[in-house]
Amino acid sequence: MKSKTIRRWSFIHTWTSLICTAFLLMLALTGLPLIFSHEIDHLLGNAPQVQALPEGTPQLDLQQLVQAAEAHRPGEVMQYFGWEEDEPNAVYAIMAATAGTEPNSSHTFMLDTRTGQPIEVPSANGGFMMVMLRLHVDMFAGLPGKLLLAFMGTLFVLAIISGTVLYLPFMRRNEFASVRTDKSRRLRWLDLHNLIGVVTLTWALVVGVTGVISACADLIIDAWRNDSLSAMVEPYRNAPPLTRHAPATHLLEIAHQAAPGMQPDFIAFPGTRFSSEHHYAVFMKGSTHLTSHLLTPVLIDASTLDVTAVGDRPWYMNAMGMSQPLHFGDYGGMPMKILWAALDLLTIIVLGSGLYLWWVRRTVRKESAR
Amino acid sequence: MKPRQSNFWKVFSVPLAIGLVSATGLFAALLGEGAWDALSWIGLGIPVWISVRGLLKR
Repeated sequence: MKSKTIRRWSFIHTWTSLICTAFLLMLALTGLPLIFSHEIDHLLGNAPQVQALPEGTPQLDLQQLVQAAEAHRPGEVMQYFGWEEDEPNAVYAIMAATAGTEPNSSHTFMLDTRTGQPIEVPSANGGFMMVMLRLHVDMFAGLPGKLLLAFMGTLFVLAIISGTVLYLPFMRRNEFASVRTDKSRRLRWLDLHNLIGVVTLTWALVVGVTGVISACADLIIDAWRNDSLSAMVEPYRNAPPLTRHAPATHLLEIAHQAAPGMQPDFIAFPGTRFSSEHHYAVFMKGSTHLTSHLLTPVLIDASTLDVTAVGDRPWYMNAMGMSQPLHFGDYGGMPMKILWAALDLLTIIVLGSGLYLWWVRRTVRKESAR
Repeated sequence: MKPRQSNFWKVFSVPLAIGLVSATGLFAALLGEGAWDALSWIGLGIPVWISVRGLLKR
């Protein structure tokens, strides 16, 4: 590699890194507790406690659950019901003043599916972990915050690529994993920066790219609304707004018939961003390990309960679905979470050592210029 | 061009192998549980182990 080429890549590496480092450090630090949010909720006693009842206690139907939710929060309307695999006897309920209310102003709680008893989930509505999540997702700045973080994530990916190019000239004379501990502090950290950077590269790229995709979720959902959803609900374009909805009682059975072999993941009520004004949208997930991250919407007319359409899955919705586990690291048990945290800490070390190396070289250059 | 090519493989063969191992680790757990999970722990454990060994070198 010519020295001019090296200088060019070095310039790219320095500036893409410097610009995104502060944000990446914030993301790495707030991401650390988020890896363990489930465990932290349990530890703080914030995890929802579902009552133990005799096996086989009958389950309420969906309309009874809607009524229980409405009785719990009078004056609000249903936005979503959601299911978790490890909690067969409760359902997540999300309610707000109107169906179209933005997610951060909604209230999330659980309902016991046998008794209709509400179970509060404090960590879903505020508290320390919510602050971590909001900082990590949009820095409390809504869409502009998300897009800024997406841009910083893109710079991070560029910094990784340029760093990999520079790895060659730096390592030509060194053995892999050699760390020069006997010369100077700078050389030791240079070697560590190169070593840790190159071995965590794949993980950092995957988490970086999936983070950028997740940060663009609002745009992706808008694209789906304009593209896929609007085509499916075209016949309803001039239909008058609904004054009341048909009961939700049999939504799951209807969706199961329309999408056999799939499991319900969540229901979007009419008027929410995942449905139309005239439909219940039951989002079904695949029943294999891999396809459980991919969602197929079944649109059910909210007055006749006929199935209007079973949606296709545009590639960008699939990309968003697959990005979530690959970004969160929640798909391989506790050992994976610990490794995820270790890789996160190693990324902090790479960011910190990069900053240190830049600073040391800068001061050296200044002194030699004098 | 010859010497440069050998340089490339000399420098990048091990990192490339580690990259493949980590990628296997990242995707294995998406496919199933049990053995798939274990494969992902090994795949992600190797880069962590090499990094920690480097940090501990005195």
